[in-house]
Amino acid sequence: MSSRQASLPSLSLENVAVIRGNRLVLCDLTVTARAGDIIWIRGANGCGKSTLLRLVAGLLTVTSGAVKAEGRIALADESLALDANVTLEHALQFWADMDGASASERSAALADMDLQGVAKIPVRFLSTGQRKRASIARVLASKADIWLLDEPYNGLDSASCARLDQAITSRAASGGIILVAAHQPPSINVAHSLVLDNQGVAA
Amino acid sequence: MKSFIALVTREVRLAWTGGGLWLPIVFYLAVATLFPFVTGPDKALLARTGGGILWIAALLATLLPIERLILPDRQSGVLDQLALRGWSDELVATAKIAGQIVAFGLPLILATVVGSALIGLPEAQLGTLLLGLALALPALSGLSVMIAALTAGLSGASALGGLLLVPLTIPLLIFGAGTLAEDPRNAMQLLAATSLAITALSPFAAGAALRAGRI
Repeated sequence: MSSRQASLPSLSLENVAVIRGNRLVLCDLTVTARAGDIIWIRGANGCGKSTLLRLVAGLLTVTSGAVKAEGRIALADESLALDANVTLEHALQFWADMDGASASERSAALADMDLQGVAKIPVRFLSTGQRKRASIARVLASKADIWLLDEPYNGLDSASCARLDQAITSRAASGGIILVAAHQPPSINVAHSLVLDNQGVAA
Repeated sequence: MKSFIALVTREVRLAWTGGGLWLPIVFYLAVATLFPFVTGPDKALLARTGGGILWIAALLATLLPIERLILPDRQSGVLDQLALRGWSDELVATAKIAGQIVAFGLPLILATVVGSALIGLPEAQLGTLLLGLALALPALSGLSVMIAALTAGLSGASALGGLLLVPLTIPLLIFGAGTLAEDPRNAMQLLAATSLAITALSPFAAGAALRAGRI
């Protein structure tokens, strides 16, 4: 693990094709990313943005092609993955322990997403926007090299969007790779924007 | 190892805060209370058949937690997050089985003591019954996690779970009931061997089901 952390994170997809449920979702896709890159993945509904993120996360297997990811990966998608009946703090600490992050790093992640006020509240009482911020805080606390954010701006108010932008830019500046799947253009400078058309081909 | 213990602890906490602590006990006691109504207050008959009835109650109680073992974790993305962190599905299943042994086993043993008192089981049989159930517990936990993984997300999952569980528990029931005979030693050894085989295989079956269910 230490040797992986020491080397710079990198990500490469070569001629990747994915078939999900008898449908060709991604086809002949090639992406490379180096440390510090922010990639905006966009395209119409159902064009394969989430599939691409799940693929990079290793949750799906490619039908053909190759995916290589160097570095630890964190994913924030529509599933919160936080236990509903415990406090937000406690739920985040579970994953922080899994990732070897300390309690202070977890608190810093909560503060970065302006969630200290609800840290002692059970997760089931959080609002939509607070849930979204909580899942981003989980990514922040994970100290991962590669962030996969699926529609991270959904449900966020403008102040929270700015906090997220800030978190993304600072992680990229410290050598991380961030893949953002979003409909709205992010307000930050992105290294590349990857447009997927309806056949899952990079347009 | 620390993460593994954290996951097992989480399983136990989820089970006990989600009603898992009392539900099997109440179910078990309900069976023990209802049985004398059927057979009549014949003390000798109750003493002779009570152990077997408690065995059946234990097997059926295994079904109770099946719906909340895998499905909530799949829906909330916990299984994805674990897979993302390099956990193999077999290891996740093993942690769930270990958690289930504690979360389901401790209440079951407690309920057996109370239930056998209600039925009026001879004290000598209570020890055998407890030992037999303790031997079968890992297998019962393994089966419940495996069936939960297989049926997660299917409609009619609980009915299907019952259909799957019953044939798989028959060897446990045969040897388990066998331990209640005059000389329990042979049946106890066979029960232990069966339980070991089922416990050892279930993480692989459950792991394969978890993998197949990830879309």
